[in-house]
Amino acid sequence: MAITLYVPRDTTARALGADRVAARIERGARARDVALNLVRNGSRGLFYLEPLIEVDTPEGRVAYGPVTPGDVDALIEAGLFEGRQDHALSLGLTEEIKYLKRQQRLTFSRIGITDPVSLEDYTALRGFEGLKKALSLDSQAVVDEVKTSGLRGRGGAAFPTGIKWQTVHDQPPGEKYVVCNADEGDSGTFADRLVMECDPYMLIEGMTIAGLATGADQGYIYLRSEYPLAHDILDEAIERAVAAGYLGDNILGSGRTFHLEVRLGAGAYICGEETSLLESLEGKRGLVRAKPPLPAIEGLFGRPTVVNNVLSLAAVPFILDQGGQAYADYGLGRSRGTLAIQLAGNVKRGGLVELAFGTSLSELMEGFGGGTLSGRPLKAVQVGGPLGAYLPQSQWDNPIDYEGFAAFGGVVGHGGVVMFDDSVDMGDQARFAMEFCSVESCGKCTPCRIGAVRGVEVIDRIRAGESADKNLVLLTELCETMVDGSLCAMGGMAPFPVQSVMQHFPDDLTPRQAATAGGTTC
Amino acid sequence: MSQTHSPVADAWTPAQLQAVIDAHSRMPGAMLPTLHAIQDRFGFIPDAAVPMIAEALRHTRAEVHGIISFYHHFRTHPPGRSVIQICRAEACQSVGSRQLEAHARKALGIDYHQTTPDHEFTLEPVYCLGNCACGPSVRVNDDVYGRMSPEQFDQLTDELSATVVEVK
Repeated sequence: MAITLYVPRDTTARALGADRVAARIERGARARDVALNLVRNGSRGLFYLEPLIEVDTPEGRVAYGPVTPGDVDALIEAGLFEGRQDHALSLGLTEEIKYLKRQQRLTFSRIGITDPVSLEDYTALRGFEGLKKALSLDSQAVVDEVKTSGLRGRGGAAFPTGIKWQTVHDQPPGEKYVVCNADEGDSGTFADRLVMECDPYMLIEGMTIAGLATGADQGYIYLRSEYPLAHDILDEAIERAVAAGYLGDNILGSGRTFHLEVRLGAGAYICGEETSLLESLEGKRGLVRAKPPLPAIEGLFGRPTVVNNVLSLAAVPFILDQGGQAYADYGLGRSRGTLAIQLAGNVKRGGLVELAFGTSLSELMEGFGGGTLSGRPLKAVQVGGPLGAYLPQSQWDNPIDYEGFAAFGGVVGHGGVVMFDDSVDMGDQARFAMEFCSVESCGKCTPCRIGAVRGVEVIDRIRAGESADKNLVLLTELCETMVDGSLCAMGGMAPFPVQSVMQHFPDDLTPRQAATAGGTTC
Repeated sequence: MSQTHSPVADAWTPAQLQAVIDAHSRMPGAMLPTLHAIQDRFGFIPDAAVPMIAEALRHTRAEVHGIISFYHHFRTHPPGRSVIQICRAEACQSVGSRQLEAHARKALGIDYHQTTPDHEFTLEPVYCLGNCACGPSVRVNDDVYGRMSPEQFDQLTDELSATVVEVK
């Protein structure tokens, strides 16, 4: 009987040599006349173990990792094809790996288990059950289920998804759109990418349900151009879903229609802001629109539009299949369900951790992450992307939920957790926050466009020792102006990391030798 | 890796440009798909394409120019055979990307947005490749590489140069 062996095909596994590992395994099997069924599955999200390869055994799937191409021959000699667990890289049963076992995977229940583009794999693990349920309900009942779940926008703004859907649902019939914001630009985040590369049908199903709920029959996935592999996989999945009747005209014989298309962004961070994204989809520069009107009323091409993040839409199939209450049973306070936390940066065990709201950064960074990769003490952690504050140790024990974080100036955002050891110069990080804003500002409003440039200059002056005290006052006022006066979250939040450095790491923002001041220009 | 393809595909002719534009001009929101298609095919967006796109999509030339220059992804000059993007974002910074950037500029002898005189490499900054647990990250054409040290960077550029010699 053929041996079934899994080598992940997601970006991170491939970036660490998974393709070469797969090639070596195939060569080894041929040399030994072993019949091999090599599945290129998605990643389990345990990136510190990638490439993580698995073998089917009667007891379940057993894992090995991290496997380099050079390890393959020795692994085969040590009984890889029989699933023997004698090699130093043996990890035992995959499902028993503590990092995975301690998670609460509602959205990411399938990743790494399936071949991402296999409809058989998807439907074998409750795929499209949510869609079938939605087809059996009227549109208001679908919206109500999402409201019951308490799901809030996972892109960062945390707006209740059900209320957004209700607004679009209540608009008069006519052309409406569902737009998926897949412009995952925050540093330290990769959960959207994992959905699209490892379980793309879940996103397709979630968007289709959104279309049924709101009366939209056209959807667009606005995908960042930095994700070419996700693009290929999504295109293939959409094609297969249409061919199998899950998407397109007459979905599963219901007479309902939903068409879906991937559109590529072009390397502009601001296009993750929903109105800028809509401008870009319409073929314009990604300039932020003033709100109102809300996109739910006047969105894409002036029509009512649901704009949801990948993770929000990916949560929907579970909610329809298991019921909104099953999702709401997880969580803390007004933050219901699970959060996909992404452990990144200087971390020993980086990867995806899906847990109910309410866990703490300490538990994540130490309990899951195992501390820093460098082995040096942790100094700061940036949560919520480049616009999120740098949090000092005193804030690491707070439970993670939207309101709790906001109370001390933190940002949950898209759930990215970027760890820094004590070698980091927080002055560099403050400067970078302003520099990034100056590169990525859409330019529509003055506080953001000019403020970011001035921010870099003022920080450089402080660090060069030019009237440092006066310039620190100026920087404080500049940050306030940007926060209060910017049109969108880009300029409105770009000062958060700077303010957090001024507040919590003031020693790093003091004059130093001019020769070493400043980062790089670009 | 299987997905690598050099961004320099073809020299362009007006007829070819027009064909690419015509193939996309009737989509809703056709501008970005059109620009992507041109760049994917020819490696960059030639100046000559601007009035042709303006005509086809009913924009002014200034608008088309404004759109091209707004987006970091679009280039108006031919790139080197390999486009190397180094992630400058925070997660990669925390594991040494600032040193990697400095090394890459020195090793290649160029700054960001420049191409080596032999047209081998173009160096570009990128803000996040979604490989944040295993940085520093580098993208070459459509392939992403993780845990990139300065030594591995040199090895990678050597391999990329060697590939070119074999092709010739």
